[in-house]
Amino acid sequence: MKEFQYVIQDPVGLHARPAGLLVKQAGGFQSKVTVECNGKSADARKLIMLMSLGVKQGMEVACRIEGEDEEAAAEALQKFFQENL
Amino acid sequence: MNRYVGKSVLKGVAVGRVFCYQKQDIHIEQTKVQDVEAELSRFQGAVEKAKEQLTALYEAALANVGEDHAMIFDIHRMMLEDDDYLEAIEQAVKEGTNAEYAVEMAQDQFSELFASMDDEYMKARAVDIKDISQRVIRILLGISEDGVPTDEPVILIADDLTPSETVKMDKNKILAFVTVRGSSNSHTAILARSMNLPALVNTKMEPSEDWNGKVGVVDGFNNEFILDPDKEVLDEMIRRKNQWVADLEMLEELKGKDNVTGDGRQIDIFANIGKVSDADPALEADAGGIGLFRSEFLYLGRDTFPTEEEQFVSYKAVLEKMEGKKVVIRTLDIGADKKVDYFHLDPEENPALGYRAIRICLDRPEIFITQLRAIYRASAYGRASIMFPMIVSVEEVKRIKEIVEQVREELRVEGYPMGEVELGIMVETPAAALLSGELAKEVDFFSIGTNDLTQYTLAVDRQNQKLESTCNTHHPAVLKLIEMTVKNGHEAGIWVGICGELAADTDLTETFLNMGVDELSVSASAVLKVRKAVRDIT
Repeated sequence: MKEFQYVIQDPVGLHARPAGLLVKQAGGFQSKVTVECNGKSADARKLIMLMSLGVKQGMEVACRIEGEDEEAAAEALQKFFQENL
Repeated sequence: MNRYVGKSVLKGVAVGRVFCYQKQDIHIEQTKVQDVEAELSRFQGAVEKAKEQLTALYEAALANVGEDHAMIFDIHRMMLEDDDYLEAIEQAVKEGTNAEYAVEMAQDQFSELFASMDDEYMKARAVDIKDISQRVIRILLGISEDGVPTDEPVILIADDLTPSETVKMDKNKILAFVTVRGSSNSHTAILARSMNLPALVNTKMEPSEDWNGKVGVVDGFNNEFILDPDKEVLDEMIRRKNQWVADLEMLEELKGKDNVTGDGRQIDIFANIGKVSDADPALEADAGGIGLFRSEFLYLGRDTFPTEEEQFVSYKAVLEKMEGKKVVIRTLDIGADKKVDYFHLDPEENPALGYRAIRICLDRPEIFITQLRAIYRASAYGRASIMFPMIVSVEEVKRIKEIVEQVREELRVEGYPMGEVELGIMVETPAAALLSGELAKEVDFFSIGTNDLTQYTLAVDRQNQKLESTCNTHHPAVLKLIEMTVKNGHEAGIWVGICGELAADTDLTETFLNMGVDELSVSASAVLKVRKAVRDIT
């Protein structure tokens, strides 16, 4: 399993647009991707749950990746967070 | 005449006939389904159809309002692919519920999830869930989508509007929006801003159909909707509306034009920003660059120091947005007057004269170095300049340059690409203005911070309301210091800008041009106003 933490920079947090992009990103890998924040967690392929985490600017999210391609997925997702959130 | 108070999302005035938009009320009964398989495939067919409609709406919105606003329909399509949402409906159908009713149940369940969140943006997402659910329900029932039927341009009154409703409206038929619910993040608000229409959300009123056809006024400057205004109010509002439209047209015309006087003198007009997203209005206002990017937003409202990576991401984002235009980043300007507990600053009697800004940076270089590393790394992605606040001596600048050199060397060794970065200082203390001849030999530019320069020169606390008349920003002493700074800067061959509030004071634009000021950096909303002032000089 791979894991990384990221502090959200975007002023409106994990809003619809990046959440939608994240679902697409996560969907491109075999691994199960879980996003944790605020004591709640959501499957990164499920847009509604992901948005309902209520992730705001300045909050730290933990992203957990588990599966065959976890190495590549973790790298791509870390880059995704840095560029979009 | 009745007045209703709302929350304005665009400062403007509209006068016209009112139209109350009533949603078609769809009543759905729960029925028992026998053929579960057929009902499931009926539902799945409706979802497919809904997704096709959304793709078409996305294309339409892309052409009309741009990608940023069109994106919502792509999001809606993805919501219709959400496993949790689909499973909730399919589960209910498998238990024998009719598809329409199952969708409505899921709509209530999932929209409640957002409506109960304590975040305005997320609350507004409840509307998205309703929008996609109603779309599927309408398809299941074979009801066509209702737009807003208007023949003449109207002030549109509604409870709330979904993204699909807003995007389908004929932009030429709407003068303004007033909604009972909604927030400044709602689609009505976003659309109103992109269309430059006055709009109020969250308005305390109970619209009814007998309002239709009455005259109304939306006053976005005063957060007010007035129904049936009396003649006096109406005349005044028409006058203000015409003024607003005329101002708008005049400023709009100035976009893309040069900041040049009638006699051919040029000046740069840049924008001041305080966070990444501020770059959008700056670009929209046709600013030539960013003359002051305050970095405090990275440090405020948190419990730990921002990391190099976090800062890098923000600087890079602005540099990329500005596409090669100059971006002047000011290093942190924080003191005991700001609430940043993790800095562990002692309380001070007089924070304006205390341990702040560059004084902290030079005393605690680890904070400074992290910020400089982030800026230099980001400099590979655009045209970054750095300026240092609160300078009072040449020694400080020399010390800063040593640290900068050390940072650049480290990054070079680590293999980071870097751009050419101009180094400048804020001239905001009388000391810096008086020493500007010596300081100019050390840096690439000066940016005059008139707010602090006025306060320090006149020994006046600008927060003190009793001293408002003493705090005269046109004071000859302040203007003399500015003139002196410009002259000394030019003698050393460097450019000199002004980034305080005075830069936007159009009474002084001509004075500054005569002094030879090279750049004025003002809030995005003042860029075109200052451009006009420059072009009006003959």
